[in-house]
Amino acid sequence: MEQKLVALSGNEAVAYAFKQARPHVAAAFPITPQTEMMHKYAEFVANGESTTEMILVESEHSAMSAAIGSAAAGARTFTATSSAGFALMWEVVYIAASLRLPICMAMVNRALSGNINIHCDHSDSMGGRDAGWIHLFSENAQESYDNGIMAWRIAEHMDVRLPVMVNYDGFIISHTADALYMLPDDAAWKFIGKYNPAYTLLNPEKPITVGPLDLTDYYFEHKTSQLAAYEKAPAIIQQVSDEFADLTGRRYGFAEEYKLDDADMVMVLLGSSAGTCKDVIDEYREKGVKVGLLKLRTFRPFPAAYLAKVLAGRKAVCILDRSASFGGQGGPLYTETRSAMYGLQVPVHGYIYGLGGRDFDLKQAASVIENLKKVAAGGEIADINLLGVRL
Amino acid sequence: MAVNLKQLTQNEDLLAGGHRACAGCTGANILRQIMLTAGKDTVMGGATGCMEVITTIFPYTAWKTSFIHSAFENCAATISGVETAFRSLKKHGELPVPREKMNFIAFGGDGGTYDIGLQSLSGAMERGHNMLYVCYDNEAYMNTGIQRSSATPLGAHTSTAPAGSVKQGKEQNRKDLTKILVAHNIPYVAQTTPYHWKDLATKVEKALAADGPAFLNILMPCTVGWHFDPAIGMELAKEAVENNFWPLFEVENGVYTINHKPKDPAPVAEWMKKQGRFKHLFKPGNEHLLAESQAWVDREWEKLLKLEAMTAK
Repeated sequence: MEQKLVALSGNEAVAYAFKQARPHVAAAFPITPQTEMMHKYAEFVANGESTTEMILVESEHSAMSAAIGSAAAGARTFTATSSAGFALMWEVVYIAASLRLPICMAMVNRALSGNINIHCDHSDSMGGRDAGWIHLFSENAQESYDNGIMAWRIAEHMDVRLPVMVNYDGFIISHTADALYMLPDDAAWKFIGKYNPAYTLLNPEKPITVGPLDLTDYYFEHKTSQLAAYEKAPAIIQQVSDEFADLTGRRYGFAEEYKLDDADMVMVLLGSSAGTCKDVIDEYREKGVKVGLLKLRTFRPFPAAYLAKVLAGRKAVCILDRSASFGGQGGPLYTETRSAMYGLQVPVHGYIYGLGGRDFDLKQAASVIENLKKVAAGGEIADINLLGVRL
Repeated sequence: MAVNLKQLTQNEDLLAGGHRACAGCTGANILRQIMLTAGKDTVMGGATGCMEVITTIFPYTAWKTSFIHSAFENCAATISGVETAFRSLKKHGELPVPREKMNFIAFGGDGGTYDIGLQSLSGAMERGHNMLYVCYDNEAYMNTGIQRSSATPLGAHTSTAPAGSVKQGKEQNRKDLTKILVAHNIPYVAQTTPYHWKDLATKVEKALAADGPAFLNILMPCTVGWHFDPAIGMELAKEAVENNFWPLFEVENGVYTINHKPKDPAPVAEWMKKQGRFKHLFKPGNEHLLAESQAWVDREWEKLLKLEAMTAK
């Protein structure tokens, strides 16, 4: 497939990806750093490059609510947000998933208030990790674009029918010009295809009731069917990713395994920091240190069995969280990964890093590898460690 | 566009019987009347509240048209999404059953409209969606147990502003939501009650024919929250109009019309006396609160007359 090499910011890349899905409706409210994504999309509409109807709502709560109405009416629908905007939507984020509406959302990760901070961390999406959405993470503009294309196929698959959020790091990805390959419009459309809603509010000959009162006698069964969709989602994510690889040559799964085959030591993380780690891993590899990276792409559904398999037999594993879980046992990625590793007898420790956009630099990544070496050699380290903070 | 009673009675009842409204509920009656006029090509959206709860409980629904409920404060936004989906699918030639027009009606109680849903409502009205928002105003949060809302009138006893030995119920007058909606400069805004069936049907017809958003505020006497004999709900709706507590009026493209001007309005206290929520106001020492209620009704009525005169063509 002939693809065009372009230079775009992450926000622009995702705007293009969503445009290529020809959505019927977009509903959004401005919040930094998501804004530029919607600006770009509004330009497409203003210039006639997209026929999407935009609902420029008065809050993120209404953005998700309008998206719910639109998707329940059988329209392909997206929204976009960050940080406090996602927090404001929180109530209806659950409802979108519970109604099994395949809405796609650009989630430009930014720290939650307070104090107010516009820069990247993952505290926003992590707050909604149990809401029933599929969470895809991206390392750069290319992956943000690719996830933005694949999201529709995953969300709308009849075995899944769950909303999907495409996570990409605020400013680091969203506002940085990056080189990426884009599919031609017709090839993207051929891959994504037309949306066939299972139900619609707009057929007067076949009326439906959406969102009824649901009490002790049925609610639990409905939650069970939601859980079952999550069970089926991993296979669909892999199937869609494989088809995407056939088309583009870019291969995705639940994670990217970087120099992992023979690695004694493994770093596990999400998002843009992977690039920094890869550079430092390369340096250590030259010195003969067997260290690798596991960059998770799907945080929800969490690929626990896959992680257990990949991390088994390693000498030391560490998990880096770009969000804290106050009063919990380390960040969300740490607790979930450690739980997946139960019984493996692999030493594991965690880090909290990069809160509020604090730079994650080569030195920090190197210090993590030094610690891994220490643990692999039988040394001890605290369960949870802070990186790059003044103490 | 004259409402024909014979025709109305022959229209299909699109709210099935067997729903779980209280005996004497005037809210379910409001919904039935709206549906008789709106007809089958309608999508209804309900805010969390009595009318949502009584018309659905899985696996049952009283709705013979499509219906959506998502949450309490977002009914206007939700229906604005449905309406936009309709326009987009129509534009793309992808409607499941081709239709030139469908009706999109959102409804909420006063809690879901005056209070928690006001932002969502204001946004949807400003954006100009082709939708009707109906507030069934029973003057408190009845579904959660009769808490005060910003629609609750002065002196009314509610569970969060109760009458006690020191306080005498709600300490504020209700806010004027209808005029807030007029200030959105939308094509059609009106007030009515379920007793005035012809007025209600006419207003629903006009609202659905309007080119853009429309808003109806409908007084809904509530036997449980107002504490009255379930048999007299409709009478209380009628009396609220006759004493100017709840005037019937409409605002078409900014022009006010009062649809009924009572010749000799009764004192509002007579109406209040029939409702348990005002019982304490008739105890000695509370005369000033009754006087204040009357003065408020008189003042609001005068304002309405002036608005009608001022906007007359």
